[in-house]
Amino acid sequence: MNKSRRSFLKVAGFSAFALTSGMAALSGVAQAQIAPGKYEPAANALHAKRWAMVIDTRQFAGPEDYKPLSDACHAFHNVPQVPGNQEIKWFWLDSYAHVFPDDMNAHLNTHSRESMYPLLCNHCTNPPCVRVCPTQATYKMEDGIVAMDYHRCIGCRFCMAGCPYGARSFNFKDPRKFLSNPVPNPEYPTRMIGVVEKCTFCAERLAVGKLPACVEAANGKILFGDLEDPNSTVRQALAANYSIRRKPSLGTQPGVYYLI
Amino acid sequence: MLEKLLDGPKTYYMWLIFLLVLIAGCGLVYLDQLQNGLSVTGLSRDVSWGLYISQFTYFVGVAASAVMLVLPTYFHHYKKFKRMIIFGEFMAVAAVVMCALFIVVDLGQPQRMLNVMLHPSPHSVMFYDMMVLIGYLGLNIIIGWVTLEAERHEIEPPKWIKPLIYISVLWAFSIHTVTAFLYAGIPGRHYWLTAIMAARFLSSAFCSGPAILLLLMMVLRRLTGFEPGKEAVKTLTIIIVYAMCINVFFYLLEIFTAFYSGVPGHEEPIHFLFFGHDGHLPWVSYWMWGAVIMAFASLALLIPPKLRENPCLLPIALIMLVLASWIDKGLGLLVAGFTPNMFEAFTPYMPSAKEIAVALGVYGVGALVLSLLWRIALGVKMEVNHMND
Amino acid sequence: MYNAKAVIVGIIVFVALFTSPFWLSMMGKDYKSTGIELPKGEKDCIEDVQFMRDQHMRLLNEWRDEALRKENRVYVATSGKKWNISLQNTCLKCHNDYKGFCEKCHTANGVDPYCWTCHIIPQGSK
Repeated sequence: MNKSRRSFLKVAGFSAFALTSGMAALSGVAQAQIAPGKYEPAANALHAKRWAMVIDTRQFAGPEDYKPLSDACHAFHNVPQVPGNQEIKWFWLDSYAHVFPDDMNAHLNTHSRESMYPLLCNHCTNPPCVRVCPTQATYKMEDGIVAMDYHRCIGCRFCMAGCPYGARSFNFKDPRKFLSNPVPNPEYPTRMIGVVEKCTFCAERLAVGKLPACVEAANGKILFGDLEDPNSTVRQALAANYSIRRKPSLGTQPGVYYLI
Repeated sequence: MLEKLLDGPKTYYMWLIFLLVLIAGCGLVYLDQLQNGLSVTGLSRDVSWGLYISQFTYFVGVAASAVMLVLPTYFHHYKKFKRMIIFGEFMAVAAVVMCALFIVVDLGQPQRMLNVMLHPSPHSVMFYDMMVLIGYLGLNIIIGWVTLEAERHEIEPPKWIKPLIYISVLWAFSIHTVTAFLYAGIPGRHYWLTAIMAARFLSSAFCSGPAILLLLMMVLRRLTGFEPGKEAVKTLTIIIVYAMCINVFFYLLEIFTAFYSGVPGHEEPIHFLFFGHDGHLPWVSYWMWGAVIMAFASLALLIPPKLRENPCLLPIALIMLVLASWIDKGLGLLVAGFTPNMFEAFTPYMPSAKEIAVALGVYGVGALVLSLLWRIALGVKMEVNHMND
Repeated sequence: MYNAKAVIVGIIVFVALFTSPFWLSMMGKDYKSTGIELPKGEKDCIEDVQFMRDQHMRLLNEWRDEALRKENRVYVATSGKKWNISLQNTCLKCHNDYKGFCEKCHTANGVDPYCWTCHIIPQGSK
């Protein structure tokens, strides 16, 4: 190949590369707003600087007392009932040794040792799952809720490896196969196969002025409020009672407190 | 130079066809996984990473191990490696391709994988992993190709390749460190949350990668007569031995910290790996003990020079070394990270047949890339008569 | 020309394949309109028809990011009307006939959106 043809090809190649990489870079960058209108939060939305939950386990007599809560949560969010170990759970129960393994000792009082405790996403202040997500499909919102964007999730399950509390579930199968038709709540979408899901602190309910489904079903046994508001129900409950959280030594600063 | 991959003996074509058939068959199994989701694997809510990610981890190590040839050759002008170094660089290319494929087959929504680049997340180690792996792939392709082309024309490679080679040396260490950071920064999983994870990864990579390369070179010598050189093999074996000693030493350090401190979070995963749970030995334990035996046996065959230089014993030692490191880094790492789970319960994991089939398919693609690239390199070596000393 | 027969046949086959979208469609049905059934009752969508036709997918993407990431769940249209940001409960409340509205246009344009894997399809089964 003679020199001029070679240099032409070099220049052409570089230009093509620069052009396409420029266009590719622009595609991911934030662009101007598409819609001509404006966006605002709903008028009756509930606001907080940091949402937190206080579960008064002393008021629950047994596992059957928790059933309306998990039923409400799973029904509202169309959580599929998948049998086996590829299950999906947003709100479920387990024993003290499994919920608070650092706290467990052989001589724990019978009641605490044999009771069942509810588990859900802790919506940590310092969430490892958000730190490791490569696409920001899970992210922390300004009000402290760790949210999920199922449209962006690539199903890499790094967040599941990162969560110290085992709060996340992966859709190994098509969830629609394990839901009734029509689904329990037609006003809320289901998820698709291949994405990770978890409790969302009912962000979509808070946005229209309602409390989370499990809080509503608990009839006062679970408190939900702003941790940064000294007058909120949660702060008052925490000030008046001894509370613990799951695995506090990991530094995640979970937002779910248990009154034992 | 590309035309060289079409030029070979009949066995070469039979091998390629075999690989294509393997890839096609396993590709069909992957289609099943695309259709029915990752439920076809043995993964569960508690053990959410398994065979695919373990193989990804292992082959990032194999890819990084090319640096064990590149560093002496270019930093210290060790000429003995110069003839075989291209095979190491091409093996790195094949290994990185396998890594990328293992990630793709592990994703729940693979068609969205570009989201990692469209929505860059500098706080996520996986984002960096994707970037450094792509960079390393590019580096090795360019370096390998340009140096091979220069060898073909029997001239020195162009000057601009030298900075790229120096960068690739540092980059090789970084790809495996970043992969180790995937694990070492996770607060909840105590088997992984250790500063020595990156060091263990590197030492394991630097013994297993060159060992795989040496074994493949022995196969290559048998098939084509290409002679890597007695001195080169000797030096590389010494590097492998030192790296394996460090690898085993680091593992023993982990065991000491876990069991001398007595902290359950550290003890339980290792205890599960070797002794199971509730007196019941899972299949993992048999493999782990096998790995221990093979690790020490390989060292016993590699440390004494008389045994190490015995051409009949060397392949056996190397095979045992590769298997031991593969079991530790593949199997042990993942299972121990997820067992016991975050509730201190034990969910067993065994890869399903379909999972293994898909993994075999990815192996097939890696073997195909390796075969094609090595064919090109061999063609050049034959052309300029660099087949032996 | 070297190998003239093969080359010319090859060129002819290539041209035929390359222009196939054009001559195949000339043989097919004439496209008049999609025949979509507009919802009864509501006259106004979020924005004007042209904008919705061109940009409804982009609008939905923007709605998603505003609602999920910034918690702005109300959209104030240029008409001043406030809409709740929800595909299922706002858009599909009026456009509740999947087969009559959504599907006709999508099929005609060869688009296969996968919104329905998660968002509940109105009335029609999927």
